[in-house]
Amino acid sequence: MNTFKVLLMLAWRNLWRNHRRTIIMLSAISIGVWAMIFMTALTQGMVNEMIKDGISVLPGHVQVHHPDYRDDPNINNLITTPDTELSARFAAAGFKQWATRIKVPAVISSERESRGVTLLGIDPVRERDLNFIDYADIDGRFLEVADDKGIVIGRKLADTLDTEVGKRIVVMTQDPDNEIADRGFRVVGVFGAKIESLEETYIFAGKETIQTLLKVGDHVTEAVAIGDDYRNVEPVYAAVLALVDSSVVVNRWTDLNSYLGTMMTVMDGFVLIWVVVIFLALSFGLVNTLVMAVYERVREIGLMLALGMKPSSILGQIIIESMMLLVIGLAIGNVLAFASIAPLKSGIDISVVAKGMEMMGASSILYPQLRSEDVILANAVVLILGFFASLSPAWRASRYQPIEAITKAD
Amino acid sequence: MTAVRCVDLCKTYIQGDTEIKALDHLSIDVDAGGFVCLSSPSGGGKTTLLNAIGGLDIPDSGEVWIEGERIDTKSKGQLAELRLRKIGFVFQAYNLIPVLTARENVEFVMQVQGVPAAERGELAINVLKEVGLAGLEDRRPAQMSGGQQQRVAVARAVVSRPALILADEPTANLDSKTSDGLMDLFSELNSAHNTTFIIATHDQRVMAHIPRLIRMLDGRIVDDIQQHAP
Repeated sequence: MNTFKVLLMLAWRNLWRNHRRTIIMLSAISIGVWAMIFMTALTQGMVNEMIKDGISVLPGHVQVHHPDYRDDPNINNLITTPDTELSARFAAAGFKQWATRIKVPAVISSERESRGVTLLGIDPVRERDLNFIDYADIDGRFLEVADDKGIVIGRKLADTLDTEVGKRIVVMTQDPDNEIADRGFRVVGVFGAKIESLEETYIFAGKETIQTLLKVGDHVTEAVAIGDDYRNVEPVYAAVLALVDSSVVVNRWTDLNSYLGTMMTVMDGFVLIWVVVIFLALSFGLVNTLVMAVYERVREIGLMLALGMKPSSILGQIIIESMMLLVIGLAIGNVLAFASIAPLKSGIDISVVAKGMEMMGASSILYPQLRSEDVILANAVVLILGFFASLSPAWRASRYQPIEAITKAD
Repeated sequence: MTAVRCVDLCKTYIQGDTEIKALDHLSIDVDAGGFVCLSSPSGGGKTTLLNAIGGLDIPDSGEVWIEGERIDTKSKGQLAELRLRKIGFVFQAYNLIPVLTARENVEFVMQVQGVPAAERGELAINVLKEVGLAGLEDRRPAQMSGGQQQRVAVARAVVSRPALILADEPTANLDSKTSDGLMDLFSELNSAHNTTFIIATHDQRVMAHIPRLIRMLDGRIVDDIQQHAP
């Protein structure tokens, strides 16, 4: 313990022996750590938005379908379990959120235009906040009950069809007998979405209204459940799997949108690479500082060895010095990162590149996401790799022959 | 009791194409409490012998014994432990750790030995007073003269009461008055604590001061005389 105390004291004083060099190195470490954390927060924020938006389009962390539905999403591929029974099971399972719905391709026509869309027959109470709709940005109203007779379409689609709230449109799809099923709806609401293309693709009607239109009785095409964390869907997946029989398939969102699923994994890997690359740049400065510190103190190290300090203690002293430098640099870097991210919590407006971001599936407001895992990763990488980087100069110092070291500069 | 025994020591250095015999079948015994001066012209081998006795350098052949324990076969770590417990060093120059104060330098060895803080603090203050540095405890080496630094080094060497103190040209950078003071201090410590001193020097004043004088030449002992009683 005594030796450790003297090593700490020597390391601390030696650290400040050359103020300028130490401050330069501390600045480099602090800025490097800040860059690691800040850029990671931006990247994670962007990916998080892309994934959240992507999931809100699906929507649902875990989904249940007829086995053939994903290949051929037509009304014949219904879930055989009745909706009432399925809903009762999901309700009893205690998911954070769940819903059942009908989702089929359809054609929507106004008196001027027709467009191919995805028709969602939903229970609006269950679907509230489950999807991509910005409820504060609805002209008219959203659906209110499952047998609502109105229809809600996107703003872009309304422009295309040259229609508006209060006007009538016709929705045409196919029933299980392969007959055309069509019906006139009054547009009760026009929604806006963060990603414009969604306004063109999806239309919403009451679930029971669509079940009647398609003559499918108490059946749906999709059941979904949401968990607490989209990164960890396994508990929800396992719970849903336990609720259904083999007549359906259960998929995670990462299976349904493999692009986003892969992106999440790639981004986690990218963060690690980014952190390591910055550290490698830093490590040159760190090793150089330590090599210089050892070189300048050869005689002193020889003296300590001659006085009876063990080579392992010399090794320890240099490593402690390196760790002190890194810990101070990390502390400053972390504070800088937190201080620069906190004011950006309300989001960074990147609407100037909104079109490009939309092509990537992201919105025009970027919310930096400071995840504790990423902060821990950055700090751990710097400390662990810093330790290994300091081993070489420390080892060299501990290998000096005392008398050669003492007489070296004489 | 024999404090130091060297048996048939040989050490050869290669300098360019030339072989230099720093120690040439040298044997020597020093009793505990002995006060010995090693003297030789430059390159005569006195520093090499001192380093071999202190475990700082390993001879090519021969044996080195300290208080009945053979040291030339020990590992680096074992030699470090031996130096820490049994030997005090005073070098010609660069004796102190620059980032430590006089008191901390004196405490350094004791701290590594594991002496409790209160005890070593008291010992350090007392020994600094003994070497005439009372009031300078908190000065760093850069704030002291060469003589004061050398006295701090002596204080550090003696504070933990080692059995053996090895000093290599301890007065080389000192004026005659400081040099005399330092030798008086060595004598006092030698007689008061029965500490064995081996001092390498070519300073005639120092040689005259020390009871046993060993003259060396080309790595061999050419003269070993008891000049006067301790």
